[in-house]
Amino acid sequence: MSISKRSDLESLEAVAGNGLINRRMLLGRGIALAGATTASASATLTSAGAEPLPVDPWSLAVGSPIPLYETPAKYEKHVVRTLTNPNHEPRTSNARTPHHLLNGTITPNGLHFVVSRTGFPDIDPAKHRLVIHGLVKQPKIFDLETLARYPMESRICFVECGGNSGPLYNKDPIQANVQAIHGLVSCSEWTGVRLSTLLEETGIDPKAKWFLAEGADAPSMNRSIPLAKALDDAMIALYQNGERINPSQGYPMRLLVPGYEGNMNVKWLHRIKLIESPVMAINETMQYTMRIAGQKSWQFYFPQEVKSFVTHPSPGLTLKGPGFYEISGLAYSGNGRISRVMVSADGGKSWAQAALQDPVLSKALTRFRMPWRWDGQPVVLQSRAWDEAGNVQPTRAQIAAERGEPRVNVPVTAFPMGHMNVITSWGIDGKGEVKHVYA
Amino acid sequence: MSMHSNLLVAAALLFATGAAAETPGLGKSVTEADLALWDISIGPDGAGLPPGSGTPTQGKAVYEQKCELCHGKEGAGGRNATLVSTKDRTVTNYVPHATTIFDFTRRAMPWQQPKTLTADETYGVTAYLLALAKIIGENDVMNAETLPKVRMPNRDGFVSKYPEKR
Repeated sequence: MSISKRSDLESLEAVAGNGLINRRMLLGRGIALAGATTASASATLTSAGAEPLPVDPWSLAVGSPIPLYETPAKYEKHVVRTLTNPNHEPRTSNARTPHHLLNGTITPNGLHFVVSRTGFPDIDPAKHRLVIHGLVKQPKIFDLETLARYPMESRICFVECGGNSGPLYNKDPIQANVQAIHGLVSCSEWTGVRLSTLLEETGIDPKAKWFLAEGADAPSMNRSIPLAKALDDAMIALYQNGERINPSQGYPMRLLVPGYEGNMNVKWLHRIKLIESPVMAINETMQYTMRIAGQKSWQFYFPQEVKSFVTHPSPGLTLKGPGFYEISGLAYSGNGRISRVMVSADGGKSWAQAALQDPVLSKALTRFRMPWRWDGQPVVLQSRAWDEAGNVQPTRAQIAAERGEPRVNVPVTAFPMGHMNVITSWGIDGKGEVKHVYA
Repeated sequence: MSMHSNLLVAAALLFATGAAAETPGLGKSVTEADLALWDISIGPDGAGLPPGSGTPTQGKAVYEQKCELCHGKEGAGGRNATLVSTKDRTVTNYVPHATTIFDFTRRAMPWQQPKTLTADETYGVTAYLLALAKIIGENDVMNAETLPKVRMPNRDGFVSKYPEKR
């Protein structure tokens, strides 16, 4: 197959370096390819021997009883989160989503990422209350039963920790997989009551410009958030993917501020106070601020900016010889819909446009797919995303120019830089082994 | 337009307006006094600071008993965060407002027993850390008056990305 390398972005849909296939061409040839696959499969079986396929044992035995609440098949026990504090020592616990073992865009509830200062509280839903007070006309208190009677809405959106992908700011490429590097982002369908609906009921003092959101957990974690977000798309979420929110996601209710940095989506929400200016909580001063070389530290950096990464293949998912593969990954932006994802197999020399899996939703994970024929030679895979607001995922050079060159190497559990949405590169050697590289 | 259809239009408008503004109205009214134990937020201007006071010496005793296990001798760090140091992010060189130290200590510390420190103990621990960082004197008293007036070295060390970033 001939490979044309073109630098003009507009012409890249045709083909790009190292075997990226025009997705439209592939669609057009779908039937022919399927036919070829069938033919080759039957040829293999015929040559395997005269024995017919046996009837498998599970086709000869009664199945297991259906449980009240089902968990994944026993063969999927390796599809779990990684934990940074499994013995529950007195420090923060992180759990990361295994994106390399999932497909689609919705994160199963049990695999949603967690950052928690003291684990999750045991909240009695019958006694939990949400109070809205401060610069309102009339402070109000709501219990769960009451909120359940309000008009609800569902929306699919991602939540991402502000520190996700931080190790990409290491001086040298950290040898870790997708889960370790990018595992602090997940996506769910959240259902609940618009915060603006409740604020209609309390009324708003014109002096209010921000609101404080506070959890009922042991450290009563709190954040100051612009009131504009409350009136835009903030939600008091009660359900996650159809069922009540999981304990470590904020049961029985959490604040959802779509597209904003994870910790602002306050879990175990029990208090909202309308205020004139930020309270300067620990999570907006010590934490979730970014020290930038030669500049003042960045504070109140809310949106998780446009980002993408390849999940398949990725470190740990070794390619089994040359041939056809689908490159796929996740793209998302806290500023709206993903408008385009480009994929490169030659370290960014040439790019081809990936197919975006429907539905492409604002502030939600979007799956991209790119057909690829690997010739067995070393390659470097990258993806780069654009959002509808016109933002483009930055290169390493752009990040370095804006924030300074990375100078140190830290462990994968550390957070050397926040809001790292830089392009990720996977180097694949001749044996098909995938490693994190800088390109 | 007939009166009938006029009425229909008026009814439709009324309904639309009503629907947009309508909530079930099920929230129960409360007063700020009802929320006295809940409203623990403190502004950088000191709004919300409780009565009470503490000195570095008083705070040292509390710190050694309840904080040192995780945060090390004199805030030098241990199994958890370093609090006083010119390296890393600490009280010494990073926290922009002294009120934040009081607020976080009161709401979240000690890790195993949050919200158990008295106001005096919290002022004391805050004073101890500020004195270790050489931001206040060893005999300075911290209370609702003095704490917000403490000038943190990194007070002007931040730039807001809101609303510059979309």
